[in-house]
This record gives sequence, structure tokens and C-alpha cells, in this order.
Amino acid sequence: MVMVRISDDALAIACGADAVADAFARAGATVERVSSWGMQWLEPLVEIDGKGFGPATADDVAAILDGSSPLGIGVIAEHPFIAKQQRLTFARAGKTRPTELADYEATGGWKGLARAREIGAEATVEEVVASGLRGRGGAGFPTGIKWRTVAAAVADQKYIVCNADEGDSATFADRMLMEGDPYCLIEGMAIAGLATGATKGYIYVRSEYPHAIAKLEEAIRRSAHLVAPFVLEVRVGAGAYVCGEETSLLNSLEGKRGEVRAKPPIPALVGLFGKPTIVNNVLSLAAVPYILAKGAKAYADYGMGRSRGTMPIQLAGNIKHGGLYETAFGITLGQLVNEIGGGTDDGSPVKAAQVGGPLGAYLHPDQFDIPFDYEAYAAVDALIGHGGITVFGEGADMAGMARFAMEFCAAESCGKCTPCRIGSVRGKELIDRIMARVPRQRDTLEGLPQMHNAPTAPRSLEDEIVLLEDLCETMKFGSLCALGGFTPYPVMSALKHWPEDFGARQSLPEAAE
Amino acid sequence: MRDAKADRLDEIIASHSRREGPLLPILHDVQAEFGCVDEASKRQIALALNLSRAEVHGVVSFYHDFTAEPKAAPVLKLCRAESCKARGVEALVDGAVAAASERVKIETIYCLGLCSVGPNAMIGNAVHARLDAPKLEKLIREIA
Ligand code: SF4
Ligand code: FES
Repeated sequence: MVMVRISDDALAIACGADAVADAFARAGATVERVSSWGMQWLEPLVEIDGKGFGPATADDVAAILDGSSPLGIGVIAEHPFIAKQQRLTFARAGKTRPTELADYEATGGWKGLARAREIGAEATVEEVVASGLRGRGGAGFPTGIKWRTVAAAVADQKYIVCNADEGDSATFADRMLMEGDPYCLIEGMAIAGLATGATKGYIYVRSEYPHAIAKLEEAIRRSAHLVAPFVLEVRVGAGAYVCGEETSLLNSLEGKRGEVRAKPPIPALVGLFGKPTIVNNVLSLAAVPYILAKGAKAYADYGMGRSRGTMPIQLAGNIKHGGLYETAFGITLGQLVNEIGGGTDDGSPVKAAQVGGPLGAYLHPDQFDIPFDYEAYAAVDALIGHGGITVFGEGADMAGMARFAMEFCAAESCGKCTPCRIGSVRGKELIDRIMARVPRQRDTLEGLPQMHNAPTAPRSLEDEIVLLEDLCETMKFGSLCALGGFTPYPVMSALKHWPEDFGARQSLPEAAE
Repeated sequence: MRDAKADRLDEIIASHSRREGPLLPILHDVQAEFGCVDEASKRQIALALNLSRAEVHGVVSFYHDFTAEPKAAPVLKLCRAESCKARGVEALVDGAVAAASERVKIETIYCLGLCSVGPNAMIGNAVHARLDAPKLEKLIREIA
């Protein structure tokens, strides 16, 4: 009998994988539902004897089985998209049944936890410090240092909190890991618990990920005896983007409004329910089993500068070959977008790439030689964030995207501080005015007799743009957290690189000669 | 006087009594079972958890997933975040709203984590990818 492997990842299901699996079962094949390889443009991807066919529909089943299907892509593991990657965190992607304990063990599972138990808490923390692992959630804070702080804190209860509130557009690595390899995350959290003396762990998952929630709950049930005395629980978010911010997430876990807390005190000392708490991203925790099993050096050998190890990069938006691409730091944006991603899906020239989600800068193709590295991005006022890349084709309206950044900030602001809560609303109105190109009369306040220094002429486009820049400056430096503080990045980068989309006169180099 | 709903609410609250910080899990269950978290529920939950009614109201109103009133029509959540915008979701919005009219409510959601195969939508817990105008209209017809 033919054995067919098809992913049961939410993306494959959304593309129709269940119907394909049913059709194969009806045709007499044995169907095994596995995790996704991450070649998302090929989903639903059918694997028979290591060879791939995709994207498949139920109608293709007969042809695939009799060998006449034109959808074949050859041996999956040798496909250039897969073969060129350096998969550490996603080593199991495409290869195992997500919640089968036997599959996890057979592929090296639990070895990291066993080694941590062997070498003890202190040595485990030092191993993570030595690996150079930095928080994959966006801020890039060294994970080991956080662990050290919590390990050193004295308390009757400590917590490990996994931030799985992956709300950024173009990010899906957390989702893929939770759905495809949940035990890897569980093992990472158990190691964190052992290293710091925490006995309770929470995974805070956004409610938009029902498939991941179901898989995690099943995996936690099945592996409870293996990670004991460490206890894990899934908590479901409630549709608030800001809860991806760690202190807001802690408030939400406690059953409060997801408002951001002022720091200090840092969560490592005063965290969940006031106890010392590690808050780490899914990918940071999932990198830990490898580090413990193979040693810090094996991990640190990948990467560049202070960015060690690998980064699961997510290619999305208007891109031909979208999906998950895990590789060492240092790869350039151009390689990612044009070579690996194959350019835009609709065939138009690439106009922009947004890296790092809704709070990340829009990068112009002129900047595509920038290497993937925390410091290199920071140097051009951009951020790596969670490693998501959204590609935009020719048709993109960058002023519209800048407006959306403000609109998103207004919709998701927690409301605690003024620059973000009010600034984002004003920013949206301001960009509306800029796009509508109507010269605006001075407002009432400016007309007051006390304001005799204020100009009286209607505001020009240039005035409005200066005002927008001013507003961005205020939001950047006056906001409490990244939502208000980073929203200026997409806005300012769009304004800087595509002024013509905002109606500013295009600079004509010929005319200047 | 107690009604069946109040009894059921007590059961839900009791089922989470061993959790730390049980408010969100309770609200999720209440929202799923009754379609909203109404005034009476807020008061009853507040009483049971030793919170003020204002605290519970503050939480309910903060999160997009909780509503004070039941929804009048089935909901289709359409992703309109950056990657789906880059893949053309905005061109589908007017058509979808027109097709939905009063019978289906089109809500905006920001990202379902399926960003390379958009435009995407979610109905209940089911996800749908690679939407174009005809596919989206078909989905809307099916749930109306
Ligand atoms: S910047 Fe925005 S989201 Fe962050 S604390 Fe201030 S109001 Fe809340
Ligand atoms: S942006 Fe639409 S699914 Fe992520």
C-alpha cells in the first residue's frame, strides 16, 4: 500500500489539505499527517517516498498515484529551498507527526532535558549564556542573562512564560513550531524551569491560532509525565495585539486588562503575580533543546557578530516562494527576497520589503544588501523583530501603508500613554489630509489672539509633512512601549523612500544637471 | 431568583476555580456559550472572583474577542494586515461587504499566520486561504 504524507499545519489545511488527504484515503493509500516543510507556495504538499507533489487538490490524486502528475518537484529534502537552509530549531519540520511522542524521541527529543538534568541548574544557565542566544521576539535581549537573573532571585514560586502571542503580519514561525513540533517547545520550557527553579509554565497563545492551541494541549497532556515536576498550561489570548508586549502579556495572564507596565521592576524579578518570571518567545525556548543537546559552541558557531545561531526567517506577502527559511544570521535581504523568494508572486518588480512586522521599517530595494543581523538593522533605523518579511510589488501604495501603520496602532493601543493613544489617531488623520491634498485652513486654536506668532496662511503639503515628522518624533521618544514607539518606523521609512506616494514632488536628477 | 443561565455560569466559574488568574478563561467560556458577556454575567463573575463590576467590565471591553451583546449575524473575519494587503485583500473588501449585506458580518482581523498564501479569512475556527472574489463570495453565501 502507498504511504502518503500530508501536512496538518493550519496553512496546509487552509489551502485544502484535508480534502486531499481524504481523497488519498479513499483511493486506498495510507495517509500520515505530518508537520509542514515550510514550502508554503506548494501546500498542500504531498510526499510519497520522499518525493513531493504540490500544490495538490483532490482532483490530482489519481495522477499522482499513477505517476503521471505534472506537479512533481522531485525529492523534497534536495529541493534548493530546503537544501540550502540550516535548520536547527526546525530540524523536524516536515519529518514527524507533531504529537507522536515516539517520533519526537526517535529524532533526538528529550536529549537536551536529559543533559540539563545531568549537569544541573547552574551549568544549564551558563550553557545558554555561552550559546549567545538572543530573544527571538524582537528586542534581541540575551536569553541566558535573563535566565541568570531569575535563577538568582529568591522566591517561593517562579514562572516560565512563553510568549506565543505572535501577532505580527508575516510571522508564522511560532505557529509552525507549536503545530509541528510542540514537544520541542515543551522541552525548552522544562529546561528553563529546571535551570531557574520554576515549577510552573504558561504558554500564552493568541486566540487566532486554534490549531496551535489544540496541538499544544494534546502534547502537554501526553508529555506531562516526562517533564514533571514541571507543570504546563496553555492560556488563550483574546485578540489584543499589545499582549505580545511582555508586561502586557503578564497582566493578561493575571486576568487584567492587557495594559503595559512600566519597567523597572523587570519581570525577571517582579513578573507574573509579582514573582520572578522568565518571559521568552517560542523560538527562543525552542532553540534551547538543541543548545543543551549539542552544546553551546555548536549553536554559537552559526551566525555573525553578536547575532549567534540561526534565525527562522519568514517570507510572506507578494512573494513567489513564501515560507519558512531558517538560516544563520548574515544573509542579505536581497538574497532572501529575490533569490530564495523568487521575487514577487505577481511578477511585478519588488517595490518594498517590510521587515519585522507592523512596527518594522519599509526597506527600499536600494537597501537590499543589508545583512540579517540585529546591529546592522538597528544602524539603518530598522528592526529584525520576529524575522518576518513582507514583500510588496509595484502596485503597493506606500502612503496607504503608512496610514495603515497609524490605523493599526490606534486600533491596538493599550491606551496607557498619550503619544501612542492620541498620536496614532492624529497621525492617521494627518496622512489622510496629506493624501487628500487639500490645503487645510489653520484651526481655531491657531487663530486665537494669544497665538499671534502662529502663521495664518493655509497649511501646505510641506507643512503637513513636517507636522507628521514631528508627531513621529514624539511617538518614538514619548511612548512607553514598542507599539507607540516603533510605529514611526514604517511611517518614516515610507515617507523617506517613497515621497512621491505622499504627493511630494519627485526629485528629478536630470533636472538638477 | 436564579435562572438556568446563572446556574450554568456558576458551573463555568467553578470549573476554573483551581486556576491562577482565572478571569480570561472564564470569559472565553462565557463568550463561547452565550455569544456575549452581558451585564448580569459581569456582575455574577465579579461577585464570584471578589472583583468589582468595573474591573470585570474593564477587562471585557479591553479585548476584541469579548462582546457585550450577541452578534446578530454569522461572522467572517477577513485578514487585512500587511501581507494580505500586499496580496490584494483591499480590492476584495467592497465586494465582500456587498455580498454579505445584512446576513453576514465582515470583520477585520490582523493576521492569521498564513501570510504567504493570502488573502485569508477565518470563520469560527476554520481558516481559508488564497481567496479571490468568487471564492470569498462563495464562503459568504455558505454561512449566510
Ligand atoms: S505605547 Fe501604546 S501600547 Fe505601549 S504602553 Fe503606550 S499606549 Fe500602551
Ligand atoms: S497578514 Fe493576513 S494572514 Fe498574516
